[in-house]
Amino acid sequence: MPKKEKTTGLIFFPAFDWAISETHPEREERLLYTQDQVLEEGLLDFDNIKEFKPGIATYADINRAHICVPDAQRLTTPSHLISAGGAITAAQKVLTGEVDNAFALVRPPGHHSMLVAHGARGFCNINIEAVMVEYIRHTFGIKRIAIVDTDCHHGDGTQDIYWNDPDVLCISLHQDGRTLYPGTGFVEDFGGPNALGATINIPLPPHTSDEGFLYVLDRVILPILDEFKPEIIINSAGQDNHYSDPITDMRFSAQGYALLNEKLAPDIAVLEGGYSIEKALPYINVGIILAMAGLDYSNVREPDYNAEQLRQSADITGIIEKEVQNIMNMWKRRSKLKAQITGAAHYIRRDKNIYYDTDNIMEKQKETVRVCSDCGGLVMIDSAADNGKKIFAVILPNQCCPQCRKDGEDFFGRVSNALYDHVYFQDREKDIFIVK
Amino acid sequence: MILGIDVGGTHTDAVLVENSILKKKVKVPTDNANILSSLLAAAQKIIADENMRNIKRIVLSTTVSTNAIIQNKIDRVAMVLLGGPGLNPATLNPGKDAFFMSGYINHRGVEIQTVNKDEIEQINQNLQRENIRQIGVVGKFSSRNPQQELRVAHILGNDQRQFSLGHRLSGRLNFPRRIATSYLNAAINSIYENFVYEVKKFVGKVAGDIPVYILKADGGTILIDQSLSCPVQTIHSGPAASIMGLLATAQIREDAVALDIGGTTTDISVFAAGDPLLEPNGITINGQKTLIRGLYTKSIGIGGDSSVRIENGNICIGPERMGPAVALGGEIPTPTDAMIVLDISALGSKQKAMDAIAPLAQKMNLDVVSAARSILDKMAAIIADSVKLVMEEINSKPVYTIHELLEGKTINPKKLYVVGGPSALAPDIAGLLGYPYKIPEHSEVANALGAALARTTTEITLLADTEKRELIISEEGTVMKIPGNFTLEDAISVGKTVLKERAAKHGADQNDMVMEVTEAQEFNMIRDFCKTGKNIRVKIQIKPGLISAIDSR
Repeated sequence: MPKKEKTTGLIFFPAFDWAISETHPEREERLLYTQDQVLEEGLLDFDNIKEFKPGIATYADINRAHICVPDAQRLTTPSHLISAGGAITAAQKVLTGEVDNAFALVRPPGHHSMLVAHGARGFCNINIEAVMVEYIRHTFGIKRIAIVDTDCHHGDGTQDIYWNDPDVLCISLHQDGRTLYPGTGFVEDFGGPNALGATINIPLPPHTSDEGFLYVLDRVILPILDEFKPEIIINSAGQDNHYSDPITDMRFSAQGYALLNEKLAPDIAVLEGGYSIEKALPYINVGIILAMAGLDYSNVREPDYNAEQLRQSADITGIIEKEVQNIMNMWKRRSKLKAQITGAAHYIRRDKNIYYDTDNIMEKQKETVRVCSDCGGLVMIDSAADNGKKIFAVILPNQCCPQCRKDGEDFFGRVSNALYDHVYFQDREKDIFIVK
Repeated sequence: MILGIDVGGTHTDAVLVENSILKKKVKVPTDNANILSSLLAAAQKIIADENMRNIKRIVLSTTVSTNAIIQNKIDRVAMVLLGGPGLNPATLNPGKDAFFMSGYINHRGVEIQTVNKDEIEQINQNLQRENIRQIGVVGKFSSRNPQQELRVAHILGNDQRQFSLGHRLSGRLNFPRRIATSYLNAAINSIYENFVYEVKKFVGKVAGDIPVYILKADGGTILIDQSLSCPVQTIHSGPAASIMGLLATAQIREDAVALDIGGTTTDISVFAAGDPLLEPNGITINGQKTLIRGLYTKSIGIGGDSSVRIENGNICIGPERMGPAVALGGEIPTPTDAMIVLDISALGSKQKAMDAIAPLAQKMNLDVVSAARSILDKMAAIIADSVKLVMEEINSKPVYTIHELLEGKTINPKKLYVVGGPSALAPDIAGLLGYPYKIPEHSEVANALGAALARTTTEITLLADTEKRELIISEEGTVMKIPGNFTLEDAISVGKTVLKERAAKHGADQNDMVMEVTEAQEFNMIRDFCKTGKNIRVKIQIKPGLISAIDSR
């Protein structure tokens, strides 16, 4: 059956002059062979594949998504601004109608960066999807957005930023947190009290193959997206579920990635992790680009691909089937869960210990959210890092209700600078960012 | 002295140049059915009373290859393809005699799957049965390791067959373009060989042992014998001659735009600090995208003979050619008619031109002279807008390093050069673009001048992999061993030596080799947190330009 061709934008920025450190996996060479394969296949000669130069994100763009400690300027380098800028360019090209969909093949990645950022964790300084999402909401007035994180590691940063946001659905499928960094992302993690069901976690057992990934796509991701009805879908497109990835244990293939993208039909895909830079990335990326452009990807496969050898065991299939049932049961009961969780409380607090593996920082955080039936709820964060930084942040959600706004403004006025290095006020609705 | 000849679509021009100064010029009509005869006629005419001993070299720019392709006077070609995984082969366009076979080289030039001798024997029998003698052999990533292509050609080789191997024609990546390039090369091989034979016979007779050069699409020259292995490089030499002609007649030193306003089209070319820009991937001929190195031109469908009409109150010009102008016996009004009305051009019958513009003037509610003015204003505006678009496109070309992105180097034209019949539009176009213009001298034989004064160019692509301890130069088919401590500097130095030899072989003057490293990248290869080697990529070229005045004696 001939597929429907789409115009696909490609924002390719391999940052050939940037690495975290000399022998770090997040290195200059990472997208080299992907570029080779894209060029050799002649993909840029297709009329419906257009390449664009990335823009450069501004600090204001970052301050819409993060509380950077001490500030965005000191937490980022030009590489991060270009990587986030590339994601923003992808969004611009799609939302102005210049292309039907777009793929930001940029580095460094971002999905482990949380709302409060004291440094780099999981190779990420700032969350490039979140910076893009806030840009989209701010510039194009789009309200409902879904992010499907297909990286092998739990998208804990993206989850953290949207934990209390009922309008941004974050679905992460990843290798079971008991077996892989960052060790989080369990089925029970279902979103904050005002946003239950807007966070969906699908941990998969090690050695899950194409069959398992596509099963959860069909049985969880697509049905939930159908009900959530996002205006746009973003694929946070990590490529480390691949069977040859050196730092994970999954068995996904280039064909699987291509089919997943064809079915998911994301408006925007943003590259995340993936460190099998020779054996996997060239093929996965060609597969994703072809799938997004509605072109035939049936001949895209790794030279050593062997479906029989990669097939998942019956045990794994059983575990996944059971888990899918659990998730869908929770999803169906999501509106009833709130009363159960909040009881009579007006505010809910959660305590978090966050480790920044890349920069070796330990952070202790108290996050308090106002239980609210009219908006995502006022959020306040008290954070202390072992590098001595102590901050407080007041965050007003998009479409903030009058009560949350009033409370938030009051708190910000009352919190004393004497106790903290900085006190931040982030108003996502009015696009105001104040530091005192 | 140098004899330069340019075979154009309508005229064949010949020039004699001494010390970069034009000594003599002639023009004869081109017989497109017999390019060779036009070429010889022009040559004969210009050397009539010259002492042949004063002529040190002959440079030709011909449409032989281009016409063969456009008129489909080409040989039957079999394409033997080693495609490996990737795009569906059905999306490729290798012609009807295509043989897909096993064998695959990956992005690093590692042989992943070997070729199969039984399959090659099958293909051999097919070629025998069908009596196909021109054969293209193209592998995916063959520019990263030419050995499979070489092996297939070796096994299939016999006296009857000629091979066009993908890796020899370009070191760049792009499998579909490599296929098209090889195919075209094979398709024109024998027609081109015949042309070279005739040219050499003629030159031998009248002038003895003078070196003969051919102009390539990249605006550089190559010795005619050397061009036999890559005839495809000589297609599109017309636009290249025109750009080199501009360099020869206008002394361009700055960032600049040049317009060649013809009858059907206007060709836009761009110069960066006086160097003509090259197409980033390769030229497109007859709708086929290739890897042939060529000078950048953007052709837009507007010229002196374009049709002019009024649609919904707006002036529309082109893209179809309806000329000649009514003033010259045509039927449909053209910009040339408008120029004749305004006395900018003295061609043809002014009365007929007035009559042609009159009905348009009526629709515009203008008198005939004002209407003619409006038509030319519109034409200038269309051309100026296209130039702006071209500059925007060139300046928004993606880059892949933080350094380049932040540096944001752009081309900012300082001058507009205009050649061609309707060059009277130059002031208007320059006014709209906001920079001054210049109309070069001798533009009527600029192409032949450009050919005469063009330097020999060439390019090599080098890949060194210190983990594999191997260095590959695609265009030369070189595979050599290197030590583990080989560096980027070593690669550049090896590259320069090889390029120098190659250029000399192609006819370059030892003292006129302006080498330019266009790409020099070095990547540490990290496997399991350890550095296992370096992946080094270098491109070096002798860039298109003019030979020095001394050499043109």
